[in-house]
Amino acid sequence: MILLENVSKTFQADGKVVEAVKNVNLSLREGKIHGIIGFSGAGKSTLVRCINLLERPTEGKVILGDVEITALDEKELREERKKIGMIFQQFNLFASRTVFQNIAYPLKNSGLSRNEVENKVNYLLELVELKEKSGAYPSQLSGGQKQRVAIARALANDPKILLSDEATSALDPQTTKSILKLLKQLNEKLGITVIVITHEMQVVKEICDNVVVMENGRVVEQGDVFSIFANPVEKITKDFVDSTSNLTKVHELINENAEIVRLKEGECILKFTYLKRDASEALVSHISRSFELDVNIIFGNIELIGSYPIGGLISVVSGRESSINDAINYLREKNVGVEVILDARVSK
Amino acid sequence: MQEFLSSVFPNVFSKLPDFFESIVETFIMLGWSGSISFVIGIILGIILTVTKKGGIIQNIAVFQVLDKIINFFRSIPFIILLAGVMPLTRLISGTAIGVEGAIVPLVFGTVPFFARQIETALAEMNPGLIEAAQSMGSGPLEIIFRVYLRECIPGIVRGTTITAISLIGLTAMAGAVGAGGLGDFAIRFGYQRNQIDVTYASVIVLVALVSIIQMIGSAIVRKNSH
Repeated sequence: MILLENVSKTFQADGKVVEAVKNVNLSLREGKIHGIIGFSGAGKSTLVRCINLLERPTEGKVILGDVEITALDEKELREERKKIGMIFQQFNLFASRTVFQNIAYPLKNSGLSRNEVENKVNYLLELVELKEKSGAYPSQLSGGQKQRVAIARALANDPKILLSDEATSALDPQTTKSILKLLKQLNEKLGITVIVITHEMQVVKEICDNVVVMENGRVVEQGDVFSIFANPVEKITKDFVDSTSNLTKVHELINENAEIVRLKEGECILKFTYLKRDASEALVSHISRSFELDVNIIFGNIELIGSYPIGGLISVVSGRESSINDAINYLREKNVGVEVILDARVSK
Repeated sequence: MQEFLSSVFPNVFSKLPDFFESIVETFIMLGWSGSISFVIGIILGIILTVTKKGGIIQNIAVFQVLDKIINFFRSIPFIILLAGVMPLTRLISGTAIGVEGAIVPLVFGTVPFFARQIETALAEMNPGLIEAAQSMGSGPLEIIFRVYLRECIPGIVRGTTITAISLIGLTAMAGAVGAGGLGDFAIRFGYQRNQIDVTYASVIVLVALVSIIQMIGSAIVRKNSH
């Protein structure tokens, strides 16, 4: 368990006091992938640096497993840091060292013989699929390859925790995907706890088990990724969730009075969203049959989180008003969120 | 060839042994004061870098004192420094004249300049590398030797080249305390006795020296930039 107790960090710059992290309490389970999401300036980078004490919290305790890291002296802290790998947005590789030498950097003074170091580095290179780049210099690598080297270097001392500070933010979408996949594989293969800092909900959706939402230095919401996506509570969380889906586009279409959302009498636009994990029934065809409704899906966005579908559908539903109401009630009982977006129902 | 040279440089050829000796003296001064200044300058440059605000062992008091001392010595013209540090020179070298007498003032004239060059070279390094090294458990000494001094080799070599070339200029002035060297040779014969070919010959040797230093420096930088 990674425990942060009442962690606060304030900076003093030019006479101004900046509270980057305010009274954060977190407990992060080992072996999972945790996402910390927030806009820039939310304090997430500072918070993650409080875990390996690159920033020492002004107040509070940080406990990793059974070690209270905030109580260690400098020398003990350095030893402890070897068990916490970290990767960065700008990779931070040593330009004067080859890929091999970069990965071997943290292995100095580790008591390994030269042969053992070589084997270890080769194993790590294989792990990140960069075997053939061993002798290259960082400047000869692409962004994705650089981040792979950085990951291998961060793993050199067999850490239990891997901190990732916006590690994919400087990469293109495809490379981002492959790096995220690698992090997921490492988590599964090595059982390493991964803490991912990001401002993109897509990253959280892709690999995280749990998510912590930060705003103005505070943790405003946290939970497992599925429930956060299904039932976001805070406004900022909703904004982040919406940013990964195109369902909000319907409001734009309505504002523009687009053809597709112009309703005839007796029709309404409904948004269905999955709220629970077991939404595998054929609900759309069921309501259209049982309640004699026409359901025309105008667009949808359904993805899998873990192995559960999340997202929703926007549909134009037409039929008798009472039948529509019955269908809405039926769906709500089945744990489907229903929101009436535009209403042209007529009571007969 | 020899005939041609002796017709172009008649005065140089009449005192060839002196000419060669002055070249040797220049090399001795360069070698001694250069290597002493290199070591002290790197140490001071590192201390400046690591103790300044945000440095890895921030110590504002040490930084401020060192910073002011360096500024103080940098603002003294070398010819005044030469006379000014004489008591100290006598204490260290046993004499304030000749080649030995020139080394101490040359070091005083070079170190502050070189320390600033080192400070600049180290400041150019991406601070993310320090963060990365710290996250891997490196302490201050490891960061200095395995990160700063390794990653900044091109900058350090560039600073060293510039400093070495300016040091050649300073050795010419050391002639004032009887240290000899090419500069002194050129002034004594070329300027004071109006033997213009001596001046030209000295300049040619100095130009060659500067070119060689610059070439070596550039080659090392090229080899260490990836």
